[in-house]
Amino acid sequence: MKPFTKLTAVAVPLDMANIDTDKIIPARFLRKPRLPGYDPYLFHDMRFNADGSERPEFILNQPAYRGAGILVTGANFGCGSSREGAAYAMLDYGIRCVIAPSFGDIHYANELQNGMLPVILPEEVCRRLRGQLHDQPGAQLTVDLDAQTVTGPDGTTHRFEIDPIYRERLLKGLDDVGLVLQYQPEIEDFERGHYGEMPWLA
Amino acid sequence: MFMSSPRTLFDKIWDRHVVVTRNGNEALLYIDRNYVHDGSFHAFGALAKEGRKVRKPRQTFAVVDHYVPTLGREQGLAGIADPEVRGMIELLEHNAKVNGIAHFGIDDPRQGIVHVVGPELGLTQPGLTITCGDSHTSTHGALGALAIGIGASQSKQILATQCLWQKKPRTLRVTVDGALAPGVSAKDVILAIIAEIGTAGATGHVIEYAGAAIRALSMQGRLTVCNMSIEAGARAGMVVPDDTTFQYLAGREYAPRRADWDKALEFWRSLPTDESASFDREVHLDGARLEPMITWGTSPEEAAPVGGLVPDPQKIIDLDKRAHSVQALAYMDLKPGMPLTDIKIDRAFIGTCTNGRIEDLRAAAAVLKGRKAVVPAWVSPGSTAVMRQAEVEGLDRIFRDAGFEWRASGCSSCAAMNGDSVPAGMRCASTSNRNFEGRQGKGARTHLMSPAMVAAAAVTGKITDVRKLV
Repeated sequence: MKPFTKLTAVAVPLDMANIDTDKIIPARFLRKPRLPGYDPYLFHDMRFNADGSERPEFILNQPAYRGAGILVTGANFGCGSSREGAAYAMLDYGIRCVIAPSFGDIHYANELQNGMLPVILPEEVCRRLRGQLHDQPGAQLTVDLDAQTVTGPDGTTHRFEIDPIYRERLLKGLDDVGLVLQYQPEIEDFERGHYGEMPWLA
Repeated sequence: MFMSSPRTLFDKIWDRHVVVTRNGNEALLYIDRNYVHDGSFHAFGALAKEGRKVRKPRQTFAVVDHYVPTLGREQGLAGIADPEVRGMIELLEHNAKVNGIAHFGIDDPRQGIVHVVGPELGLTQPGLTITCGDSHTSTHGALGALAIGIGASQSKQILATQCLWQKKPRTLRVTVDGALAPGVSAKDVILAIIAEIGTAGATGHVIEYAGAAIRALSMQGRLTVCNMSIEAGARAGMVVPDDTTFQYLAGREYAPRRADWDKALEFWRSLPTDESASFDREVHLDGARLEPMITWGTSPEEAAPVGGLVPDPQKIIDLDKRAHSVQALAYMDLKPGMPLTDIKIDRAFIGTCTNGRIEDLRAAAAVLKGRKAVVPAWVSPGSTAVMRQAEVEGLDRIFRDAGFEWRASGCSSCAAMNGDSVPAGMRCASTSNRNFEGRQGKGARTHLMSPAMVAAAAVTGKITDVRKLV
C-alpha cells in the first residue's frame, strides 16, 4: 500500500450531510473489476447527465476544482453500503483525503484500507474550511499526517486526532494481512481452545 | 479467566473472540462465520493476486444473491441473459470450488439472500462473530451474534486469516417498552428508532435492542430490526438470545445436534446481558405510541408516521442536514406540508433481507387477499426456501390474484444490481432498507415501509395507513 505522509492539493467543498456511498458510486458500476479506471464513476449521477455530458452546476465540473485531491464535506460521509468501490472511485479520480465531522464506519475503514486518509474535524471547522474554499475556488489545503494537521487557505492550522494505529499504518503503508500473520502462533493457539470449547463449530 | 464485573452480551462475545490486543485498543478478533456472495469477487480477486488461500473454508459460506435474476430461474445459469452477470455467478462458484467453500448456487434449494439464508440454515447462532462483505450483515445479530459488515479488503483479510482488526466499539442500548399496537410491525419500530436517533445516531456503537416490545417480537421481526442497524450508523445490532431464539434454531441444518445442542444451549444461556451491566449510551422509546412509518426523503432518517406531513426543510436547524433534505424533496418531487397519504405511487416491491421472510409475506398477503393492486408490483421472497413455504401456504396464489408478479429470490429491486430497477421518475413503495438517490435505479424514488403498508399502497395507488384497510 502506498504510504500517506503529507498532501497539498486543491480541495472541494461539498455542503451536505449524509453523503451516502450510492451517491459516491452508483451500484451499477460495482460489477467492474478492480482495475484502474473507476474515476468516471465518482459521484456519477450528480456529475453527469443521462447523455453523458457534464452537469455544469456540480462543483467537481467547475474549472477551479478540477483535479482536486481533497474533499471537505458534511457529517456522516460515506454512510450506507459497504462498497469499497466508493474508495476506488475517489482514489482513481485523485482524491486521497476526505475531511468531515464524521464518517460511516465501514466506509472509514475502506478509505484506510486503500491508503486514503479520513480526517475528522469539528463541524464548525469543516464549515469554515468549506466557506474559504467557496470564497477562493481552487484554493489548496495541506494535510500533514505526521504532524496531524490541516492547514487552510488562510494559513490557519487545525490539529486533528487519529488513532495511532491507523496513523502508523498509513505513514508506513502497512498491509493488514501482513500485520495479522505476525500473530500466526497466537491464532493457532486460539483456535485450539475455541474449537475445543465449541466443537459443533469445527 | 475474565473479570467478574457485569458484562453486556456484546462484551461477552467480544472477550471470547480476542486473539491478541495491539497497542492497547485494537483487537485481533477471531471470526466464526464469514459469508460471501456474488459481489465478493473483489475480495477473492485480491486474495488470488496476493497468492493466498482461504484459511478456514469450513467457516466460509457462499451464496448468490445480489446479481441473480428473479425471472427465468427455472433455466438456471442458462437463463441469465447478461453475460457480465452470468460471469459473476459462475465466478463465485469457481472461487468456492477452488477454495473448498460450501456454495449455495443459483439452482440450490438453499439459495437466497445471504442475510435470510444464514439464520434459516442455522449457520448464524448466538455468541458467534460473523462477517460478510455487505452492510446489512447486522441482521444476524438478531440471534445474539456479533455480526459486522465489511468492505472487500477486510473481507480478503478474513478469507486469508479468519481474523479482523477491530477497535472496540462503544455500546448503545435501545429499549422499546410497551406493546406494539395492531398494524405496527418490526419495520415501523426500526424506522422510528432511526428517525429518532438519526442515520449517524449509532456510529461507532453496537446497539443492543431491549425492552418488552423487542422481547415480544418473533425471530423474524428481530431480524428486521437488526437488519437496519446500519441505517442508524451502527457497527452491529443485537438482541439477547432467549427461548424464541433457541426454538427458532432447533433442527436447522447447521444447528448443533444431540450432545452438542445441550452444550451449545448452556453456552447460549450464559450470553444475555448481566442485569447491572452498563452501556455507554441509552435510548428509550415507548412502543405503544409507535405508528406505521414511511420515509419521505432520501435518507432512512427522513421518515415520519403515515399520518404526518412532508416536513419543511427550512425548519431544520443543521445547515448540512437542511441541504440534504432540500435536495431530497427536489429528487422525490414532494412539497413541504403535503399529507404523506396524498403521495401517489407507481410501483410496489416486497422482499429483501429486511422484509423478505415468510411472516412478511403473510402480513402482505393478509392485506391483499380479495383485493387488486392498481400499480405494477412484484414479490421476490428472501430465499428459495421462503418461496417454497409461501407456495405451500398458498400465498403465491393470493399475490398473483392481486396482480403481483411472483418472482424468484434475490436482492432484486433493493439495490437493482441485477437489473430489477424502478424506472426513472417512478415512485416505489418498497419493503427494502434504503431510500438513497438512485438506489432502486437511476432517478427512481423510494418510500420505505412495512410489507403490510406496501400491500396497502399497492391496492390504493397511494401511501395508505394499512390500519384503515384491515
